[in-house]
Amino acid sequence: MVSRGFFGRKRPQLSRPIPPGQYLEDGFPVLSAGPTPRVDLAKWDLVIEAGNETLGRWNWEELQALPATEMHVDIHCVTKWSKQDTDWRGVTIDTLLESAGVTDPPGDYLMASCDGGYTTNMPAEDVLDGKALIAYEYDGDPIEPAHGGPVRLFVPHLYFWKSAKWIRSLRFMDDDAPGFWEAYGYHMYGDPWKEQRYSGD
Amino acid sequence: MAITCTATRGKSSGTAGTRPDGTRQSRTDYRQLRFRLSHLKQLAVKPPTLEWQTATVDRVWVETSRVKSFRLAVPGFGRFKPGQHVDVRLTAPDGYQAQRSYSIASAPDGAGTIDITVELIEDGEVSPYFHEVVREGDRIELRGPIGGPFTWTAERGGPLLLAGGGSGVVPLMSMLRHRTTSAGEPVRAALLYSSRALDDVIYMDELDAISASDPRFDLTLTLTRNRPPGWTGKTRRVDARMLRDVMERLGRPALSYVCGPTAFVETVAGMLVDEGLPPDTIMTERFGPSGT
Ligand SMILES: Cc1cc2nc3c(=O)[nH]c(=O)nc-3n(C[C@H](O)[C@H](O)[C@H](O)COP(=O)(O)OP(=O)(O)OC[C@H]3O[C@@H](n4cnc5c(N)ncnc54)[C@H](O)[C@@H]3O)c2cc1C
Repeated sequence: MVSRGFFGRKRPQLSRPIPPGQYLEDGFPVLSAGPTPRVDLAKWDLVIEAGNETLGRWNWEELQALPATEMHVDIHCVTKWSKQDTDWRGVTIDTLLESAGVTDPPGDYLMASCDGGYTTNMPAEDVLDGKALIAYEYDGDPIEPAHGGPVRLFVPHLYFWKSAKWIRSLRFMDDDAPGFWEAYGYHMYGDPWKEQRYSGD
Repeated sequence: MAITCTATRGKSSGTAGTRPDGTRQSRTDYRQLRFRLSHLKQLAVKPPTLEWQTATVDRVWVETSRVKSFRLAVPGFGRFKPGQHVDVRLTAPDGYQAQRSYSIASAPDGAGTIDITVELIEDGEVSPYFHEVVREGDRIELRGPIGGPFTWTAERGGPLLLAGGGSGVVPLMSMLRHRTTSAGEPVRAALLYSSRALDDVIYMDELDAISASDPRFDLTLTLTRNRPPGWTGKTRRVDARMLRDVMERLGRPALSYVCGPTAFVETVAGMLVDEGLPPDTIMTERFGPSGT
């Protein structure tokens, strides 16, 4: 349905397209359901689990000591903004699994859990083969707390709510299960190019 | 709140092994149990598909020099909870589309209409369209209701602390309107509302009226830029002292809702945590850009 009298803003020439329904944003808006948690790095750790088993655990220094990977990509938030050419640095999930001595991903799905109680789910393959980071740097600086620092999951090919802020654990599961926003009707997968914002999209 | 139960469910179901009576639970038992749990969970939370609907603009009115409200008739719009929003989609003749979110300002009253309140962002794409083009009889595509944690219904009780910055007051107004129209004695509630100037205060008359007639409602306005001559109210950004004053009159809030530009939400939610409120009782919604 054409909206009477709507022509849209003059569309900037983009070097790369952005997904349908998104607009380009220069700033860096924030989406979180509650207060920004305060994270004490001295007590911080990250665990990878499968069922009730802990496969690996890293404190802040141990995470920093692992080989780092950089990603230069576009990000897409379900609240409609996209941001192009962002730079992130962290450790790939592949590197973490390798450091834990895990060769096969121990489940087809993942639940990421965070300080503050946030969770989000995704297929395990979406974080493997260099597609995702446990990120601690944005644009050359430590990630700000409001944007998920000290450490957030970074899965840029999915809507940004999947890139869980303040991450503390990645749990492999045999079956998919909804995380925090997913239980409120947000899409189980969240591919921005297919505009999978809400359940049924 | 749901966040905590989702977060811990995995862990507590993961204690397969020794039962309290000391017998071992077999791996198969555990897997079956987990399958059943996840199946049940899916049945229980399977949310409905959100279809695009065509709303008709029923009425347009001016709230302030930079804010207008729109009453939209949406046949068959699902029952919503105060705090939820709709996604609006505009389509240009060449097929280009723009989408934005707008909170529902009205209470769920089954009237078949919802109100939205839109602040004009001068160099924006969608809000100027609402301000300069949209008139009664126009049709607008939207879908909703959307949003989960940032909702309040009367059953959730109080005392209720609402803190809004600028147009962040919109979903809080839906909560207040619902509170006033729900059966029984309304819960104690306080609204701390930060605006640039008195002329920018949205819903002023209605807030004044609730405040005058309802001793269980406490209104604090603070004007951060321009104050009219004779203004005796607050004149600074929300700070800890202001929050403490409000909480002293309200009592310790069971639930807090904070909405506005990101910087406002970050500061106020952080101060509420500093005041000792449990983080999972503080719900936030951040409008607009980084706001700093
Ligand atoms: C869940 C949710 C609920 C919302 N509810 C409401 C509501 O009830 N009422 C309402 O008016 N808005 C609300 N918003 C904001 C709304 O969705 C749009 O972002 C806003 O109307 C601006 O859109 P635009 O197309 O006019 O501007 P855009 O074209 O998106 O932005 C133009 C420029 O203005 C900046 N900008 C965008 N928003 C703001 C802002 N709020 N303040 C200052 N600068 C800004 C952008 O960074 C950009 O530089 C809500 C947002 C969310 C995520």
